[in-house]
Amino acid sequence: MTDTAAPKTTVSLTVDGRSVEATPGDLLITACERSGSFVPHFCYHPRMSPVGMCRQCIVEVEGPRGKSLVVSCMTPVADGQVVSTTSEPAKRAQEGVLELLLANHPLDCPVCDKGGECPLQDQAFSHGPGESRYVEEKRHYEKPIPISDLVFLDRERCILCDRCTRFAGEVAGDPLISFTSRGNNTQVMTFPDEPFSSYFSGNTVQICPVGALTSSAYRFKARPWDLEQVESTCTTCSVGCRTVVQSSRDELVRYQGVDVESVNWGWLCDRGRFNFESVNSRNRVHSPLMRKDGTLVETTWSTALDAAGRILRTVLNDKGPDAVSIIGGARGTNEDAFAWAQLADSLGVTARDAQLGDGLPAEVFALPQATIAEACASPTVILLAPDLKEELPVLYLRLRDAAEKRTTRIIEVSPRATGLSRYAWKSVRHDPGDQPRVVSELLSDRDVVDQLSRGNVTVVMGRGNLAESPEFTLLATGAVLAAVPTARVLPVVRRGNVRGAVTAGMTPQRPDADTNAILSSIAAGKVECLVLVGADPLSDVPDADLVRRAFASVKHVIAVDTFVTESVRHAEVVLPASAYGEKVGTTTNCEGRVSDVAQKITTAGTARPDWMIAAELALELGVDLGISSYPELRDTMTSSIAAFAPAADAKAVRGEGVLMAQSAPIRITATPRSAAPRLTHQFRLHVSRVMYDRAVATNESPSLAPLAREAAVHMNSGDAQRLGVRDGASVRLSSNGSAVVLPLAIDDAVARGVVSVPFNQHGSDIRQLIRHDVAVTDVVVEVI
Amino acid sequence: MSVPSGPRIITSRFDVADGHTYAGYVRTGGYVSLRKAVSSMTPQQVHDEVKAAEIQGRGGAGFPAGTKWGFLPAGVHPRYLVINGDESEPGTYKDRLLMERDPHQLIEGIVIACYALNASQAFLYVRGEMAHAQERLAQALNEAYASNMVGKNICGSDFSVDITLTWGAGAYIVGEETALIESLEGERGMPRLKPPFFPAVKGLYMQPTIVNNVETLANVPYIVGQGGGDFKSIGAPTSTGMRMFAVSGHVNKPGVFEVPNGVTTFRMLFEAPEYCGGIRNGGSIKAFIPGGASAMWFFPEHLDMALDKPTVDKAGSMLGSGAIVAMDQTTDMVAACWRIVRFFARESCGKCTPCREGTTWLERVLKRMLDGHGRPEDIDLLFEVSESISPGIAWPPRQTTICPLGPSAVSPIASAVRRFRHEFEHYIEHGRPIDGVESPFATHLASHA
Amino acid sequence: MSRLSEERVATAKEIIGRFPRRKSALIPLLHLAQEQDGYVAQDAMVHIAELLDLAPAEVYGTASFYEMFKFHPVGKYCINICTNISCQLVGAWNLLHHAEERLGIKSGGTTQDGLFTIEDVECIAACTEAPALQVNYRYRYKVTPESFDALINDLESGKLTGEVPPHGTLASVRQTTTAAWSNRGVEEQAQVDAR
Repeated sequence: MTDTAAPKTTVSLTVDGRSVEATPGDLLITACERSGSFVPHFCYHPRMSPVGMCRQCIVEVEGPRGKSLVVSCMTPVADGQVVSTTSEPAKRAQEGVLELLLANHPLDCPVCDKGGECPLQDQAFSHGPGESRYVEEKRHYEKPIPISDLVFLDRERCILCDRCTRFAGEVAGDPLISFTSRGNNTQVMTFPDEPFSSYFSGNTVQICPVGALTSSAYRFKARPWDLEQVESTCTTCSVGCRTVVQSSRDELVRYQGVDVESVNWGWLCDRGRFNFESVNSRNRVHSPLMRKDGTLVETTWSTALDAAGRILRTVLNDKGPDAVSIIGGARGTNEDAFAWAQLADSLGVTARDAQLGDGLPAEVFALPQATIAEACASPTVILLAPDLKEELPVLYLRLRDAAEKRTTRIIEVSPRATGLSRYAWKSVRHDPGDQPRVVSELLSDRDVVDQLSRGNVTVVMGRGNLAESPEFTLLATGAVLAAVPTARVLPVVRRGNVRGAVTAGMTPQRPDADTNAILSSIAAGKVECLVLVGADPLSDVPDADLVRRAFASVKHVIAVDTFVTESVRHAEVVLPASAYGEKVGTTTNCEGRVSDVAQKITTAGTARPDWMIAAELALELGVDLGISSYPELRDTMTSSIAAFAPAADAKAVRGEGVLMAQSAPIRITATPRSAAPRLTHQFRLHVSRVMYDRAVATNESPSLAPLAREAAVHMNSGDAQRLGVRDGASVRLSSNGSAVVLPLAIDDAVARGVVSVPFNQHGSDIRQLIRHDVAVTDVVVEVI
Repeated sequence: MSVPSGPRIITSRFDVADGHTYAGYVRTGGYVSLRKAVSSMTPQQVHDEVKAAEIQGRGGAGFPAGTKWGFLPAGVHPRYLVINGDESEPGTYKDRLLMERDPHQLIEGIVIACYALNASQAFLYVRGEMAHAQERLAQALNEAYASNMVGKNICGSDFSVDITLTWGAGAYIVGEETALIESLEGERGMPRLKPPFFPAVKGLYMQPTIVNNVETLANVPYIVGQGGGDFKSIGAPTSTGMRMFAVSGHVNKPGVFEVPNGVTTFRMLFEAPEYCGGIRNGGSIKAFIPGGASAMWFFPEHLDMALDKPTVDKAGSMLGSGAIVAMDQTTDMVAACWRIVRFFARESCGKCTPCREGTTWLERVLKRMLDGHGRPEDIDLLFEVSESISPGIAWPPRQTTICPLGPSAVSPIASAVRRFRHEFEHYIEHGRPIDGVESPFATHLASHA
Repeated sequence: MSRLSEERVATAKEIIGRFPRRKSALIPLLHLAQEQDGYVAQDAMVHIAELLDLAPAEVYGTASFYEMFKFHPVGKYCINICTNISCQLVGAWNLLHHAEERLGIKSGGTTQDGLFTIEDVECIAACTEAPALQVNYRYRYKVTPESFDALINDLESGKLTGEVPPHGTLASVRQTTTAAWSNRGVEEQAQVDAR
């Protein structure tokens, strides 16, 4: 290429007589498929590097040196190539490979989960020789063996395509399964006593081209021809992965990832993939409940709505709208939250919050925003966030991929190492409360300044520490935005639809009306009625003392929920809500992408969508929200909330979804402050979520519930040595007049001077030490 | 017929008792070429001599080494030299001798090559099973470092290079250059597909890498010392220099010989008294393998063929790694065929389907025949399965696989079944070899019955 | 079942230093483990994984590819009898059969006293000296039933203790030099190239 010639942007080739345009660097197999010629294949997967192992995708290519057989998954397109996917030599090679793949395959299709949706089965019919001449003894292995709590491996069915092992190493970064032995004895295995406990293991089941990998949650539950499915969006966390929801006999049986370029690339985390089990749980609330003689008993909708209406009317009449508060909305759809916000507006209730004191101030959504794709395309990503591998797992995959491809450098500032630390360009530890100072220091580092000048900078910010005021991260983010005015922010709130609920109006409408303020007002006797819409403050609010006092003094609780949670137990009236898969709507992910969630099954019992409950409760209170159907609700929402306007077209929210409209960005105005220095004999507390906790959707999913661990105090080995405490010993943590006893786990991921405790695990509740009005939590650690 | 003759180039110290030591090596003219190269030649001049020598790689493929060296992209660093000492092709026995008996000659060749290539580091990968070679090389390398023949500022020049000695752990396929690179990276020794991973461009650690065979590099001190033109004048015009052949099997005096390229098998086996002294017991030759187990077999009519690359290639086989296996008239061809197929089945890395499944299938069919359970359709089946691995069943193969290992398993089948079909049919019909042929399992199989 | 000794960890670190990337030291480190215990113990693989910053499954994945690595104890002397073509042609199977009879085990087995393991192996590059075998990777050429018996006697009586170390030990001499020069930066390499 000469200096003046522009690089060629397309090449033309001929596939089976049709001409096709392709981009240089494209693989032949994609060009063939685009042209309409399906090339049989097993090992090739568009989201992983090609390995050319199965040899099934052989085609014949005519080049300058004559015709040759090539694997189309590893051969790049070239101008003028003449490709045949069906020439005699190509067909002979494809048939030959298929016969060889089937030689040792057990052909136990009738008892195989994959039968009916099996690429090997399908391609054996479409591209195979018809019959096998293999009369020798086949390979035998013990079958199936569990390689983790969630995944079973049948090595006899395995065709050694390297998809699962490649996924584990290349995509998930958890190389816990590997090819072992050699040649005809090659098999996929874990290391002895070290299971394939990846958070992403379910993806290997989905991409396995045979029935070698099956999931404990789906095994023998259904046959593919019995499955009905609909595309939807996962709302387990705020990544908003695109999924297919599958049911059999009106019961959810499986979620599969759908490949959308902007979000999840086909991947799901195991929590999102397998928590469909909770929808089927027998513990679901199937009908309305009312408190009678101290216990909740079943009742009818009309009785329950009447009772709820009466409570609200009485409090509103007697004490005014400020005596009523609403917490929740983030677990439902945008429309659900909108309906509840409409109801609150009509009643004049301004104290409402979709977050539970564990999120970020809503103003972060008004900062200059970056999408997930933009973040992953940024030369620099600054992580001021919780451990994404634990909380927004597929975003972790995306950022890890960007870092591994060396297109993105990650600068991480956190009190403990996270899943991404290994891939970070710089990973800096700090004391809780010290993040703004550490970030400011970094911003004057010469290397960092150089790096920041290399293009877009994205700050991925979230609530990294529940035992620390979110203000610090806000200030740290402000410091970056001040130093790099073009920097943008990807706010990573955890709960599925926080962003949508906030946008729909489920956010405080006056100062001091967030969840912590609401609970304080209840404790002070100023709020008498608390309405919970899919919220469980007793389990989720970090300040356990505050929420305990509030629930001890609250007069009335009305709960809309799918389960009788800790908090719902305190309700006078419980209105059963439809769960995921039982209702239609739209949801908004952390980047502000609106996409649809679909109904696949009939709702449990007489449960209703949250929005419908809001509308009916409104009628009970003499208010007509003007919502009688979902389409009507949707139209009202998209026409009355500008941010949702792009979602007005039903087609726009399918597939990739559509980004919310952004209003003019704001600047962070918080006044700088810093935490008081930590006393030398104290540790600063870090509390954060891990993937498997006692959250209701996990706890009610039999496959996932056992994966939640016992809580422990994680401490750096240096600190443990200084204290003379051994791994596993019991230690007492005390602060703010409370104490908890937990076992110690020596963990060098934690910074010196910091102790880290996972949130909402089995065992003593660390939240007892957290106070919402104390900026950081300093604890004394004593060995018992 | 006239036979080209030549000097002993790389085996010259095999009879020197201390030829493997630094003192013995230097005393017999060692490290002179290295001094010459780093003190009076540019890297390009060294490269030019190797190019002029037209030396073909001695590892199997026979690609001209000087041309290969020229494939390194300019200006891309670091770049590496990898020395393939993973000799394991059945019938092949020469690199081990070169490493055990004259390790300094190899080291000198490596350092000169690194100088020509501007390589920063060389990795000498020895076969795992060769403990003695490892010892001798470690000893020699320590001496060479101490004498400033390797390491920093070699011979007082501003040229520096390190050699890292390492070894494998038992896997034939690692002799394939991309599999060797994988193994050097700590991976399972599974070949990479070429393209896109031509080692000269993207090799070890995805950096430019030259992989050369031990014998190839052992010739480099001579080429640099005596000049490429001198080397080229030895052997055949189309296959220059001397070459080591191991002749094994049914000959009176099996041995490893350094012979001029272009010699005939007949001369080595029968004619020249210094070589094999004819077939054992005055017998006749039934077949011979000219270039290791992967090669298509030759028969009596090929005895007079000159062993130079183009001639042998044209006849549909290959010179490979200089390994001649002679089989006399008593040889059980079904058993011989099975044994070689079994080798490839056992050594298949398992990466690609046709080789992993196909070689094992072929082995089992042949074993079934030997066990007396052959079926008439099995002969066609052998060819059908072979066709799925090696479309067209020819050499060089049009393979459906990544590397030539799978197609190599087809060579003995194509050779033996085509030529000795009646022996296979006899096994199928009678469950035993034809008369006049000895089963190699006489006692062994009986003991398992 | 053991992790690498302190001395071997020191050797391991030297070996790691000779490669531009840590994982390249994997096979050499597995040899160290096998040298220590006679086989590659599970704990040793975990230890190697720590030393090289790998997952144990990656260590085992590589290790199990290579035939020389044993994952269970084998005999003090592993006798590998080549049965490949050149050896088969001159009686390797009869030799193997004799060995099996003499030791009372089948190929792949280990004698009850833990002294001998025999294996039928692929070509060991001694084709002109067929039939050939290796005992702990030390060669014996043109082996006859008689010379095989003599070998067994000598091994049993300890006569070959100096010549044949226990299974796991390969070279008795190690490279002692460091790769100090090559580990300089890429920039310096470019200067060298400009020479």
